[in-house]
Amino acid sequence: MPSLVERLRSIVGDEACLARAEELFVYECDGLTLDPVRPSAVVLPRDTEQVASVVRACREFGQPFVPRGAGTGLSGGAHPTPGAVIVECSRMDRILEVDAGNRIARVQPGVVNADLSVAVATHGLFYAPDPSSQMACTIGGNVAENAGGPHTLKYGTTTNHVLALELVLPDGAVSRLGSATGFAPGYDLVGAVVGSEGTLGIVTEVTVRLTPIPEGVETLLGIFPDVVSACRAVGRVIRSGLVPAALEILDQRTIRAVEDSVYAAGLPRDAGAVLVAELDGAACALPAQVEKVRAIIGEEGASEVRVARDEQERALFWKARKGAFGAMGRLAPDLYVHDAVVPRAVLPEILATVCEIGDRHGVTLSNVFHAGDGNLHPNISFDRRDPDELRRVIAAGTEILEACVRVGGVITGEHGIGTEKRDFIGLVFNEADLDAMKRVRDAFNPDGVCNPGKIFPTTRFCVESNPKARGYDRVPLA
Amino acid sequence: MAEPVTGLPSQVYTRSLACVHCGLCLSACPTYRVTGRETSSPRGRIYLMRGVAEGRIELGELLAEEAYLCLGCRACETACPSGVEFGAMLEETRAAVDEAGLRGGLQPRLERMILRQVVPHRRRLRLLIGLLALAQRTRIDRVASLLLPRSLRALLPEIPARADRRQPPERIPAEGEQRGRVAFLTGCVMPEIFGSVNAATLRVLSRNGFEVVVPRDQTCCGALQAHAGDLDFARGLARRNAAVFEAAGVDAIVVNSAGCGAAMRSAEHWIPGEGASYAGKVRDVCELLDEVGLRPLTHSIQGRLCYDDPCHLIHGQGVSAAPRRLLEQIDGIELVPHADASSCCGAAGTYNLTHREMSQQVLERKMDALAAADPDLIATGNPGCLMQLRAGVRLRGMRARVVHPVELLDQAYQNPHG
Repeated sequence: MPSLVERLRSIVGDEACLARAEELFVYECDGLTLDPVRPSAVVLPRDTEQVASVVRACREFGQPFVPRGAGTGLSGGAHPTPGAVIVECSRMDRILEVDAGNRIARVQPGVVNADLSVAVATHGLFYAPDPSSQMACTIGGNVAENAGGPHTLKYGTTTNHVLALELVLPDGAVSRLGSATGFAPGYDLVGAVVGSEGTLGIVTEVTVRLTPIPEGVETLLGIFPDVVSACRAVGRVIRSGLVPAALEILDQRTIRAVEDSVYAAGLPRDAGAVLVAELDGAACALPAQVEKVRAIIGEEGASEVRVARDEQERALFWKARKGAFGAMGRLAPDLYVHDAVVPRAVLPEILATVCEIGDRHGVTLSNVFHAGDGNLHPNISFDRRDPDELRRVIAAGTEILEACVRVGGVITGEHGIGTEKRDFIGLVFNEADLDAMKRVRDAFNPDGVCNPGKIFPTTRFCVESNPKARGYDRVPLA
Repeated sequence: MAEPVTGLPSQVYTRSLACVHCGLCLSACPTYRVTGRETSSPRGRIYLMRGVAEGRIELGELLAEEAYLCLGCRACETACPSGVEFGAMLEETRAAVDEAGLRGGLQPRLERMILRQVVPHRRRLRLLIGLLALAQRTRIDRVASLLLPRSLRALLPEIPARADRRQPPERIPAEGEQRGRVAFLTGCVMPEIFGSVNAATLRVLSRNGFEVVVPRDQTCCGALQAHAGDLDFARGLARRNAAVFEAAGVDAIVVNSAGCGAAMRSAEHWIPGEGASYAGKVRDVCELLDEVGLRPLTHSIQGRLCYDDPCHLIHGQGVSAAPRRLLEQIDGIELVPHADASSCCGAAGTYNLTHREMSQQVLERKMDALAAADPDLIATGNPGCLMQLRAGVRLRGMRARVVHPVELLDQAYQNPHG
């Protein structure tokens, strides 16, 4: 009888199946470098038929499988479990159809988020969800994690832009969900699959809603002495009744890291925080809105308000914002990107708390976040080779999540639970809540072979305080 | 903190620590775009290097393959917010791979022999090119080249007449008021195959008020050797050039080949300390002219022009706006953007000979973008890219003429064709 790898090769071709030890090593993690696990094989299918055959072969051999896009996820959603086969969708990167009249596009899951907007720009359209990794991340990965981005504030997350899906179910059957019209009879299973972190099947085709490029866009930069006053300004802008396209805050440590990088945008290095406010819509309506935001920002203590002069400068601001995560590599070899959402009204207080927690644990913490949504990203820079520092990083992260939940927040806005936060989901949902979700998973994925180990707690004890349990025992230490 | 290193130079490990695995480099990488494999992406290659350095995997087959499958275009550096010095890591890793004997076979040895024994020796290179020219004149090459695949045949450049391969004078005076004194790197391949580009460069510099010296004892910049894993030899060449150009006592060292310019700027980390002043004086010819401001052009050139960024100019030296600004000043030129200007064309030094299939796939994407823009002229400032894009144009049957930006400037001063 042939081995699983031989079977996989017969389906996708020799060149599209990776099984050498060093190749598998590279696939041991995604954007989250904690908890690495090596897969037993990686396949790169080109179409739905190949994905379905791969799934059936894995099932025959009793091996779990894990869908993967560009591997930019930050919660370990594409981490394998031991022995799992990674189904890498990067070669399924064709835009199958653009229907400009109906403002929809049908794409394969490996299409890069930013490429879709570029491809439809000639029709005056764009794809609205814009995660910071949009230059690299894929639509399939966005669907799995229900990805957001700075413009979620006005345009919503991925789930608001997906109309229909083609899904290879964990038993190998191919199912079409939803409708390109946006009105599907029966259960809203598209809604269930978006954000399911690859636990309900492998998405092989996505029909998305495209959005008209707004006639006018204005981007303001408010230079603040500290993060807390910038947060207060955000609250005021929201209460004023405006619906900005984006309200983002970068703190001083983030500003400096970005300004040291290729994405430098001329942000003032000595500012305590910068608020990026974007307004879009009918051009004639914008001047009044800009004035309103400018006034609020000024009243809340901004020392300076800049308005992007042209499209080029606007692009520069956004590149700086979106390159911020990677720029943290300038501070330390590793980065733990947290993701929590709080009610906007408590932003000033929670930011103060987050900073206090970071200081108390002696960790290098920076904040760059979707303030308008109340979606925090406390980023902790560290060196994984230092076990004591790692312990403090994890302790601080845990306390931050608990603090956010205490004020009525949740433990993820757009990165998903994955492996990273599965043992914290109990902070938000009780046994009965989780049970309802598990039943949905079990209906699609009864034996758990499709992306195992994600979302739900696997242990009853907390492993977070033990760095060895998080996979660092294999790294040589000082 | 102790720095575990097994099989790779310690600086590779130190540099690898700058990567936080964000993945913004993926879509900038030509080999990732073709293969979709994490292993063939910058992030994956860095992960392999770090893995080897930390002793988690061995320096073996895969890293050896990937170190050479990489085009070395450094587009990942332009995309990297964390400032990973990938180009340097790649050169150091290639050298380690070669040292470990992981690149067996005849080809690497032949390549090293040519790069050590022929390329840096002007007379030997001239002899070889002379033989090729003779073969072309007598049409023997047509018979011989029938044995080559079509993509490789298209790549063979037409060897110019002997007059165009003459050594430039040692000193060219400035025209009008002098704005500076610069030295010029003639390059190894440039004088033989692109002698007219060198001549145009010297005329344009002189016309713009620069006195140009061409030191006779200068040598090859070391780029091709470093990219082929022979970093030690490249260091030797850089040392010699540093001394020669230092002795010339000039304001700047002007280069018209992007690959050479990037390598000379790398002298800073090739030969730490002694290379800094030499590296600091290097200017691409377009960069220098843009900096001082072009003297008024006198003739017009009609046509749609696509400017294509050589990787080692945009990613290796951070120069991308300057050539465009210069070309826009030519009356009659319509600068037309194309979708893939800043990505590699697949030439990558000797890559189009050693990795023909990947090189072709990378070129295809570039040619799709250029064909869509439908230019009369394509300008790019590097010999490898000129040859590769000419081959692409020939294979596609496009009408565009592929030239060095400086040739157009020269034409706009003299208009020899008008």
